Amino acid sequence: MSIELIIFFVFSSLLIISAIGVVTVNNPVKSAIYLVFAFFTSAVLWLLLNAEFLAIILILVYVGAVMVLFLFVVMMLDINISELKEGFVNYFPVGAIVFLITTALLISFFQTQFVDVDKNIINEIKIIGDDNTKNLGYLLYTEYILAFEISAIILLLGIVSAITLTHQKNPANKYQIPSEQVNVKKEDRIKIIKDKEGDL
Amino acid sequence: MIPMSYYLILSSVLFSISLAGIFLNRKNIIIMLMSLELMFLSINFNFIVFGNLLNDLTGQIFVFFILTVVAAESAIGLAIIVVLYRNKNSINVEDIARLKG
Repeated sequence: MSIELIIFFVFSSLLIISAIGVVTVNNPVKSAIYLVFAFFTSAVLWLLLNAEFLAIILILVYVGAVMVLFLFVVMMLDINISELKEGFVNYFPVGAIVFLITTALLISFFQTQFVDVDKNIINEIKIIGDDNTKNLGYLLYTEYILAFEISAIILLLGIVSAITLTHQKNPANKYQIPSEQVNVKKEDRIKIIKDKEGDL
Repeated sequence: MIPMSYYLILSSVLFSISLAGIFLNRKNIIIMLMSLELMFLSINFNFIVFGNLLNDLTGQIFVFFILTVVAAESAIGLAIIVVLYRNKNSINVEDIARLKG
């Protein structure tokens, strides 16, 4: 048994254990921590597949940003856990059946549809050099530049929509309303008063 | 050496666990979102494995874009959950169903 196979088995069993923890644990905070652990173990497995850049990105972006966002939201909301957890026992048989059917279907599909399933897939892809990050960057900035820019716009859209959804206006603050400022008429601002005697 | 089928079986087990998790946590929308993240993770596994099999880096590029889109998606989803909690004072999925009709 090679060292790579041992690493694969250790970390894939850890990944599956933590994935089961995510869906079965009572507390959403613990569930988020299990998810962080699942991301770490799958980053190790991606390193085995020679995807170094993506493994680092998974830890930096996912664990560093998205999971912290999850934890913020879970801790900010005062959730009644016992109310949310009721019906878990009732749903358990359905979940188990769904799990068994999907696993059996997917595994039988992968085993029968691909002739070279036993091929060793750890190979390094080289385009302009040995460096995975360099190759990925080369492809990203030449062939996939349009998709790269669209993904930047999607991130901007995410920022704008998240802020507009959650932003609360404080009535104590004073805001400018540009449409009213533009549409203002002369009569709204100045009032001409005729002199009573009329001699001016 | 690690055969490709091991990675494919791992990713299909991960996908099934997260699909079962959506069924198990029918009331808690936050754990549903976390199951969704796990599902995306298993799909990313498949992309990297098949990219390595075909000796093509496009699989890894796709994983990069999936990570970007999922980050935006989870940010918007969590914002919606915060707004829901402000209005309904709970994150129970059954409360969202009141929107109909």
